[in-house]
Amino acid sequence: MTYTRVNITEQAKNVLQELKAKHGEVIFHQSGGCCDGSSPMLLPKEDFYIDESDIFMGEIGGVKFYMNEAQFEYWKHTHLTVDVTQGRGSSFSLEIPEGYRFMIKSRLLTKEEEVHFNQ
Amino acid sequence: MNPTKPKFKEKYGNYINGEFVEPIDGEYFENTSPTNNQLIAKYPRSKKEDVDKALEAANAAKDDWGKTSAAHRASILQKIADVIEENLNDFAAIDTYDNGKAIRETVNADVPLAVDHFRYFASAIRAEEGSATELNENTVSLIIKEPLGVVAQIIPWNFPLLMLAWKVAPALASGNCVVLKPAEQTPSSATFLMEKIGHLLPPGVLNVVHGFGPEAGKPLASSNKVNKVAFTGETTTGQLIMQYASKNLNPVTMELGGKSPNIFFNSVMDHDDAFLDKCIEGAVLFAFNQGEVCTCPSRLLVQEDIYDEFMKRVVERTKAITQGDPFDMNTQVGAQASNDQYEKILSYLEIGKEEGAKVLCGGEAFKASGEYEKGFYIQPTILEGHNKMRVFQEEIFGPVLAVCKFKDEAEALEIANDTLYGLGAGVWTRDAHQLYQVPRAIKAGRVWVNCYHDYPAHAPFGGYKKSGFGRENHLMMLNHYRQVKNMLISYDKNKLGFF
Repeated sequence: MTYTRVNITEQAKNVLQELKAKHGEVIFHQSGGCCDGSSPMLLPKEDFYIDESDIFMGEIGGVKFYMNEAQFEYWKHTHLTVDVTQGRGSSFSLEIPEGYRFMIKSRLLTKEEEVHFNQ
Repeated sequence: MNPTKPKFKEKYGNYINGEFVEPIDGEYFENTSPTNNQLIAKYPRSKKEDVDKALEAANAAKDDWGKTSAAHRASILQKIADVIEENLNDFAAIDTYDNGKAIRETVNADVPLAVDHFRYFASAIRAEEGSATELNENTVSLIIKEPLGVVAQIIPWNFPLLMLAWKVAPALASGNCVVLKPAEQTPSSATFLMEKIGHLLPPGVLNVVHGFGPEAGKPLASSNKVNKVAFTGETTTGQLIMQYASKNLNPVTMELGGKSPNIFFNSVMDHDDAFLDKCIEGAVLFAFNQGEVCTCPSRLLVQEDIYDEFMKRVVERTKAITQGDPFDMNTQVGAQASNDQYEKILSYLEIGKEEGAKVLCGGEAFKASGEYEKGFYIQPTILEGHNKMRVFQEEIFGPVLAVCKFKDEAEALEIANDTLYGLGAGVWTRDAHQLYQVPRAIKAGRVWVNCYHDYPAHAPFGGYKKSGFGRENHLMMLNHYRQVKNMLISYDKNKLGFF
């Protein structure tokens, strides 16, 4: 049985593939805070400084998904699915000019997932 | 007369070097109203070339503008304030239609506060002075404040005109030139402002460039033609902007939101009086501006022995909120700013329920009627749970309150400080000791004591922890936009004697 912390919907994957074709290597970093916070940001891989304080949560659609460790503490009991909706967020996330916004759908980890990841 | 839905042109330009200009590659984006999902107007989808043009204009203007007297700049800021005030209803209607917020808020809060902000900084620069110190009988140290030059400002969509005023007024007052990028959801009031006040400023002093974060925000924040970057938004973009600024060794200020605790001690219910009524309103202020406030009091902490009675009143008051037509002066809660915000808030309501939070009221979308049925409305919602739940820890930026109980002061502080953020907090009590000691123990930049959501220009505002750094408002803000020039002068005719 393989477990994941993060997944992606088909629709979001399609948008992601288009953006990869346009921008090259990219990463997701989960944001927090004001305005467009609490949303995943898609950024050029070379743009954003990732270090050991960023938790690697998994790879979706060939793109690595990270979250800062402080935020992860509060999110670690939830499973995330990256979805996409129409709309115009602000922020520097790469999908915004296309009129889409990636967003997070969450659920609690199942008992088995909880044991696998957190115990 | 009450403001009504404003009229717009088909499209607008960037404001660069004293005039409205089309985007260089001719691309525009469509800006829609969240009140009804209808098109407002087209705005420039600017790219690096447009940003560079604005930066060129600002850099060409900075020397002359930096040399103007405080009296001259103050006079211009006063005139800007007067123009906004004369057009108060128009600005209010524009921000209501562009952002979705209720008209009574833009009329009574957003626009008057923006006016006052320009007046405050106009006054502040007339009253302050540098310093001269005689270090010894032959040596005098002069401290003179000089403008930084050109500042880049990236502002959010939750208070479009007011956030502009918070950033632009102190920057201009300090003698800087500005390139401002409004949020792409709310470009309208900044544009209307430049139509009204553009002629008051020399060309290049204040430039407004519209567009998207990756296309226009990035070249602005990363340019080596700016001397400072000021940003309000979320943490990932905050980090990214700091990285860009680090390449240029530029100073930055960051306002990145919070998850503010609002704490009610049992003494608030000692009497059933006007103060208790104020306290109930203080708890319901989570719904102010649809919860789209960086300092939204989104975590309610209530002492356990008054919890049931207090919450009964809070829920009653919340259920009495009138919602819908944002242009009705009686509407208390309008539309969320965009579809993606709306979707995000709904997804938080789901995870809150799944994590076991109890819905005390609301919990769903609100269906507005008639012209507004395609808008993005959420019912003011109260979720009861505990502080480890995600709805207690993440900024939802919607009218969603997470409430829990506490036993005593120690537990209240433990819960209040158990958050990544530290922007705002509220403390409500009739106990004189708590009034001082509890706010001091909360790790946040602004603690409202027996009040909330008051934003006078003369009180500093900013965050601890992951809420950012630097302050806005207050005359200390001027120093975020200035260099310190120290002239160290010797009046001694004799040499040191070293060589």
